[in-house]
Amino acid sequence: MNHRQKISIIAGACLVLSLAASSFVLHRADQLRPQATLDEVLFLSSPKVIKRASLGYDGLMACIYWTRAVQYFGNRHHYEAKSYNLLAPLLEITTHLDPHLVVAYEFGSFFLAPKPPFGAGEPQNAIDLMEYGIQNNPDNWRLYYDLGFVYYTELKDYKKAAETFARGSQVPNAHPFLKVLAAQMAQHAGDYDTARMLWSASYQNSHDKLIKQNAVDHLRALRVDQDVEHLQQAVTRFGERTGRLPASMAELVAAEGLLGTPVDPDGHPYKMTPEGRIELRVPKDFPFVTKGLPPGYKPLPTFDSPQP
Amino acid sequence: MRTRIAYIASNTFREAVRDRVLYNLIAFVLLLSGAAILVGQISIEIEKLVVINLGLTAVSLFGVVIAIFIGIGLVSKEIEKRTLYTVLSRPVRRWEFIVGKFFGLSATLVVNTFFMAIGVFAALFYISHKFVRADALILLALYFIILEFLIICSLALLFSSFSSPLLSAVFAFSLFVIGSFAEDLRNFAAMTHGFTRWLATGAAYLVPNFSAFNVISSIAHEQPVAAQLVLQNTLYALFYAIMALSGAVLIFEYRDLK
Repeated sequence: MNHRQKISIIAGACLVLSLAASSFVLHRADQLRPQATLDEVLFLSSPKVIKRASLGYDGLMACIYWTRAVQYFGNRHHYEAKSYNLLAPLLEITTHLDPHLVVAYEFGSFFLAPKPPFGAGEPQNAIDLMEYGIQNNPDNWRLYYDLGFVYYTELKDYKKAAETFARGSQVPNAHPFLKVLAAQMAQHAGDYDTARMLWSASYQNSHDKLIKQNAVDHLRALRVDQDVEHLQQAVTRFGERTGRLPASMAELVAAEGLLGTPVDPDGHPYKMTPEGRIELRVPKDFPFVTKGLPPGYKPLPTFDSPQP
Repeated sequence: MRTRIAYIASNTFREAVRDRVLYNLIAFVLLLSGAAILVGQISIEIEKLVVINLGLTAVSLFGVVIAIFIGIGLVSKEIEKRTLYTVLSRPVRRWEFIVGKFFGLSATLVVNTFFMAIGVFAALFYISHKFVRADALILLALYFIILEFLIICSLALLFSSFSSPLLSAVFAFSLFVIGSFAEDLRNFAAMTHGFTRWLATGAAYLVPNFSAFNVISSIAHEQPVAAQLVLQNTLYALFYAIMALSGAVLIFEYRDLK
């Protein structure tokens, strides 16, 4: 082995060893300061400054900020955070960099509006974001739909929701159901049918698996809520007629002339407690139900906005 | 005359290739393929947007860097190596040398852009599994980027004709940045009065305006570009490049090379 080869081997070994050692030390140092790489900092918070600093490459910068917003939300949501302080500024920067990035408005409002830990609990910021989106993309009917959805689900402002759906229905090529939604919202805002219509529309008009699954979960929960309500009314009627509670679900079914034992969307029969309360057999399979839950039951958190 | 210019241009191109300029293509391919795979996992519904935005931005930035750093050395390197004296001792005029260098560098950038364009379309196909008609607009964005390169090449040559490589790089890069803010400069001019307005407006028209060439973001959203803009951008780039080249020729003609 000549001198040069010796030097090469020693230098190569030193390179590999020092790289491994520095990575190991850095990893240890990161463990000492777990938030070191996750500091909640926006070094530049002005969308105008960032747009100028991008030297015209604002499209790429918008994609980077959008990815940052998604990662920020995902991280905070994962740890069931109570605050999402950077979410609205990140979305504002993203949409100012690229006002036509429709996905940032659609998902941004979905992240901003629901209460923590499901979202940032900032419905007003979600509304501002959507209004900015509509201002820049006035022909996109989906933005009106999403805005109406925020008014309906988060603020329970049925009048505003109806107005927004009506505005959206006037956009060229708008989906015809916006007109129906506007009318339905004006007359029967709190009905199951209205909620069902909204979640069905949400399912049909999204390509995203997460949003589709969310809509399915809500539709399942709506059916359970409605079933439980009907069965509970049947128990009350039975009590009024006979002066006692039904002894079993079978007795209730026979008295009401039902075709069979009522089952939830998964096929499990509803159960009736000795106190005459109708309950789900497996409540954990229905994260958004509001009725039919055992007393004191807390639904497991899942990715979503609360039910209307 | 045409043969001489073509000869200098082909030599400039060969020299750039020999200087391993096209190695940047490897970095480009790694960047684009990495982004195409990674973004789908860490973001939502912007895979195609990222490939177009990142691809075209990289084409543009890599090209600008090549144009500046090769362009600034085109004249000074020849003086330093004393090869310029050999060239000029033959029947080659000084202006032919400058124009030949310009065409050589432009050809390098066009070839580089061509390979990068293949990369962009390959990444796009990987993401979408098909091409749609709107994807053809990417070719237009690439055309505008090439026009941008022509201006930068000519500016780099202009500075190279009288300044040191370091200062030329600073000047050329500063003009690229100022050119990206040209519309703001024009807006500032509109807010002033009298002599200041005249001066600011003059400055706004003197520096290159790159903002009109940047259609990457709108093309990523499949928004069409007006045919009139294509024509005007082409003419603007040609006139501006001719202007800067004329300046380079003028300076180089009177430069004392002893």
